[in-house]
Amino acid sequence: MTARFVAGRIGFYTLIAVLLAFFTIPLLWLATAPFTSDPTYEVAVPDFTWENFQAVVEHPYALPSLYNSLVLSVGTAVLVVAMAALAAYALSRVRMPGRDALLYALLLLSSIITGTAAMVPLFQLAVELNLIDSQLGLILILTGGLLPAAIFMLKDFMDSTPKSYEESARVFGASPLQIVRHVVVPLVRPGLATIAVWAVANVWGNFLMPYLLLSDVEKQPAAVITYTLYTEGGQANLRMLSTFGLLYSVPVVLMYLFVSKKYGFRFHGGIKR
Amino acid sequence: MAQATSSPPDIIDEQAPARRSYNSDAAGLGRLRAGMFVAPALLLIAAFLVFPALWVLYLGLTNYRLTGIAAAEPQFVGPANFLDAVSNPVFWDSTWLTVQFVLGSAVIGQVGLGFTIAWLLRDRRGPLKRLVEGLVILAWILPSAVVSFLWVALLDRDGGTLNALLGLPGFAWLLDHPMLSIIIFNTWRGTAFSMMLYGAALGNVPPSHLESARLAGASGWQQLRDVVFPHIRGHILTNLLLISLWTFNDFTPFLITAGGPDGRSEILAVHVYKVALQSGELGYGAAVSTVILLINLVVAVFYLRLLRSKK
Repeated sequence: MTARFVAGRIGFYTLIAVLLAFFTIPLLWLATAPFTSDPTYEVAVPDFTWENFQAVVEHPYALPSLYNSLVLSVGTAVLVVAMAALAAYALSRVRMPGRDALLYALLLLSSIITGTAAMVPLFQLAVELNLIDSQLGLILILTGGLLPAAIFMLKDFMDSTPKSYEESARVFGASPLQIVRHVVVPLVRPGLATIAVWAVANVWGNFLMPYLLLSDVEKQPAAVITYTLYTEGGQANLRMLSTFGLLYSVPVVLMYLFVSKKYGFRFHGGIKR
Repeated sequence: MAQATSSPPDIIDEQAPARRSYNSDAAGLGRLRAGMFVAPALLLIAAFLVFPALWVLYLGLTNYRLTGIAAAEPQFVGPANFLDAVSNPVFWDSTWLTVQFVLGSAVIGQVGLGFTIAWLLRDRRGPLKRLVEGLVILAWILPSAVVSFLWVALLDRDGGTLNALLGLPGFAWLLDHPMLSIIIFNTWRGTAFSMMLYGAALGNVPPSHLESARLAGASGWQQLRDVVFPHIRGHILTNLLLISLWTFNDFTPFLITAGGPDGRSEILAVHVYKVALQSGELGYGAAVSTVILLINLVVAVFYLRLLRSKK
């Protein structure tokens, strides 16, 4: 029994060690190369230089692309939250004919129409509507893609909040929009925050749509700039690439830590597209 | 939605306040207002999600191209693109590579590894559990453009860390084994979702059932087979369908191998991009997208049915 127990412990820790190695080793490069003066592909102990960060700051497109990522993700998140909140509220509180069918259709849409399935028509649509190289156009397209899942998640959330506050606000003569702003929004704030973070994370990491629809390098977000940094000229600039990759990654990690601390990390069926 | 905006309850609501508290329209949102609240979202969904999905069905039947005459005035050509696809070996290669990608990285990789981690850590609290879960989740949340390059560096034939560690100088992961490379990569990247799902599901298996199985002398494997798996079968099925759908549509492998070398990692998602936007055969690309859309539809319907039957 004890021999078996010991063997089990050894097996357990061996497996954990292998798993830790599998998940850690690919990340080591991102943690070390930015601080190494002349990084190679192989992970090495850094000599702790800050020169690479200097190079990123001086690069003409690096920091602007992070700003572009911010514009795209915050813009999309604001639109998604505002529109999904209104729609989810109405769908949660009013019995409309065909509501359940609509919700079912939304859930279905959000899972079947992906960038891969829709890239040709979206590209054509962007050309026809003059939305190529338009950040606003991209924001609208991304919003359209995220809305079904957002509405679905928020409706679930709103269904579980009490209606009595809204009724008393109504008695005091508040308009529906006032009720939404002053009664509903405070009640469902955690749900709204979850949707906002989910939308930001989705757009922050999105590569395909901006790659397809933004050809002007000054408008491209960090995802596209990262890709062009390592494909241009065949020889990747490892100092730039590692350092920029780290800067581009930090915001999502901070956001994740913030969310899991504040709300506990609950995940929803459609969190990733 | 059209009938919602034209129906009368909004007016009735105003005239009969006494009924309001019995009405399901709790906040006094009439149907007209409700329609207005839903309209902006539906408009965007219609324009940028529903319309493209319907339009791709039409585009697949045209000879639409990125350049030349057929760019300005695409002609309706019927099922020609679909016939081209089925007689195109690249299409079938892509389909087969996609099957390998989904089976390898989602079904075996992410489900297998995700369950294994959840099972190993099931009774644990504290730093070890947090460390393992934190790293797995990190792989999941980091931007795809960054982690894909990390793997390009890791797997590099001459300077990559993996070959240095394994003592395999000159082993050409990306050139000679592109599918294996992106399957391992996608397992690494996507396991977090399954791990969290099974972590939650295992928490719902009654400990007393496991305990009595243990007392009856069941081995670890027997406990899994006879107690755990039957209990979480629904979770396994929904998980399988969902991550298969995501993996099937995943474009990230393009960032690692660009479909190469010689199309040997050209899964369908990459195939569409290459034929449509690199070679300019938009009509043909739309036809392949139609196939993808239909497969997505079938999987999603199964998924939603499972979800409904669970509730």
